[in-house]
Amino acid sequence: MATQHSRAAARLMISPAVLLLLGWMIVPLSMTLYFSFLRYNLLMPGMEEFTGWTNYRFFLTDPAFFAALTNTLLLVGGVLLITVIGGTLLALLLDQPFWGQGIVRIMVIAPFFVMPTVSALVWKNMFMNPVNGLFGHAAHWLGLEPYDFLSQAPLMSIIGIVSWQWLPFATLILLTALQSLDQEQLEAAEMDGAGAVQRFGYIMLPHLARAITVVILIQTIFLLSIFAEILVTTNGGPGTASTNLTYLIYMQSLLQFDVGGGSAGGVIAIILANIVAIFLMRMIGKNLDA
Amino acid sequence: MGRITLDQVTKSFGEVNVIPPLDLTIEDGEFVVFVGPSGCGKSTLLRLIAGLEDVSSGQIRIDGADATDMPPARRGLAMVFQSYALYPHMSVRKNIAFPMKMAGVPEDEQKRRIDSAAKALNLTDYLDRRPGQLSGGQRQRVAIGRAIVREPQAFLFDEPLSNLDAALRVNMRLEIMELHKSLATTMIYVTHDQVEAMTMADKIVVLRAGNIEQVGSPLELYREPRNEFVASFIGSPKMNLIRGEVARTYGAQSIGIRPEHIAVSTDEGLWHGTVGVAEHLGSDTFVHVHGHGMGSEPLTVRVDGELPVRHGDRIFLTPDTEKLHRFDAQGLRL
Repeated sequence: MATQHSRAAARLMISPAVLLLLGWMIVPLSMTLYFSFLRYNLLMPGMEEFTGWTNYRFFLTDPAFFAALTNTLLLVGGVLLITVIGGTLLALLLDQPFWGQGIVRIMVIAPFFVMPTVSALVWKNMFMNPVNGLFGHAAHWLGLEPYDFLSQAPLMSIIGIVSWQWLPFATLILLTALQSLDQEQLEAAEMDGAGAVQRFGYIMLPHLARAITVVILIQTIFLLSIFAEILVTTNGGPGTASTNLTYLIYMQSLLQFDVGGGSAGGVIAIILANIVAIFLMRMIGKNLDA
Repeated sequence: MGRITLDQVTKSFGEVNVIPPLDLTIEDGEFVVFVGPSGCGKSTLLRLIAGLEDVSSGQIRIDGADATDMPPARRGLAMVFQSYALYPHMSVRKNIAFPMKMAGVPEDEQKRRIDSAAKALNLTDYLDRRPGQLSGGQRQRVAIGRAIVREPQAFLFDEPLSNLDAALRVNMRLEIMELHKSLATTMIYVTHDQVEAMTMADKIVVLRAGNIEQVGSPLELYREPRNEFVASFIGSPKMNLIRGEVARTYGAQSIGIRPEHIAVSTDEGLWHGTVGVAEHLGSDTFVHVHGHGMGSEPLTVRVDGELPVRHGDRIFLTPDTEKLHRFDAQGLRL
């Protein structure tokens, strides 16, 4: 199988795919890097010139940058917290035998199939709208003042919407992990005198550790680049209250036509994402080997 | 300290009645083996005693106290599972300490018991390893260690040796018997292997479809099986059962004769037949003989070492009438 000849052939065969993927990554990355050092405004075509670190300086000293950075971290952290805890609880619930289990499990997965733009619009108009939304009606019915979620607590509302979308993913992964737990281990723990809470803490949670790691890593990658939900609900506002880095870059390049500044923001976002990734890997990546 | 009584215990899963009303008493300090073919309800019975399943009706008493509705942890029983059910993310030490930690045993007492169990089970060098780094036999010992440190009223073993290779199985069998002798605690052991049952038990309970077919010491079961099922289940190779004309001459519907109770000769005997396959084990040879007028099933005959017969040869057999078992139409012993 692994003779020298076959290995050489294998390298030759996969090289087109590798080259394609490499080009796919390198071209946009180097163009972004290149643009980030240019004064490149779409309103002044043909006036591009090299400006050195100016774009970076402007982007980093923009007060919106720190707001966006905080919002990004809050958004990622908040959604992770809700989906991991909620997902674990839901998985525990769905793991119990009950009538109609199959249907319920499929229904739980359903939100994941709704595209982000649509689900955000549904939440915005049908639930959170203070006049027409269900929450507004519920508040009326209870005799309370309707709460305008998206203008009074924009970031929290977006965290809620995004959590709703990602909860099924976390639940699904954690449920499969839970089902792979050897029942005899739980029975042994029961014989050993562990109560329900102790069985969860000592047996189930360690068993779920790897699945939780996977959920956190995958979700972080996607949550760092949340965009559609913000665009269709709050447009990053009020002010910068719900602007994350992705949205800030979008504003810079396409609303202010400053491609150079947007590119600089993009490069900064890449660096930050890598810092988060290294941090995550350090913290929980150990769970993946062993 | 570990007398377990089952009184009219039944168990059904939905419509399916797995255990019909069943009475059984296990005396303190006894080594009892539940044996039977797979699906006979022996594991279910063990799980009922452990409290991992609820009885449908009837009563389980441990040391005279009604344990029917007691949660498993409070019954004072320790169980060793077929898959060992070790906690993979804990070291051997923590695995063994787990039941004591749950029971709130003081630290130094925990340490003392772990050390003595580890010493008894040859685990001292492995205490800081994870179960994944141990061999099958070592894992088995950890599971037993986890049971010992609880100092239970009785040990329950659910086919503990079925995942081990043959040589290790014999060793572990001896170790468990040794353990029983030194602890003198009640042990209930479930297996489908009649060799394990014969070698280990003080008392064997033979089960079929949830019914107890016979209870007795290994030799009682060997000498006086109550029916055809027990007769063919206990003993290896299994007893030859002969029906028809030959059986009627003994005034029975069927007769049973063990391979070791048939004398072989090349020139004279009561029955004759043709030699089939011979299995040479060195000390013994098991010869399969196609008896004339004795049905299509070949008879298995044990002979010493070398017997100068070849496949297809004519051979004469004489059963030892003293050790012949006679059964009626219901398969019961006459």
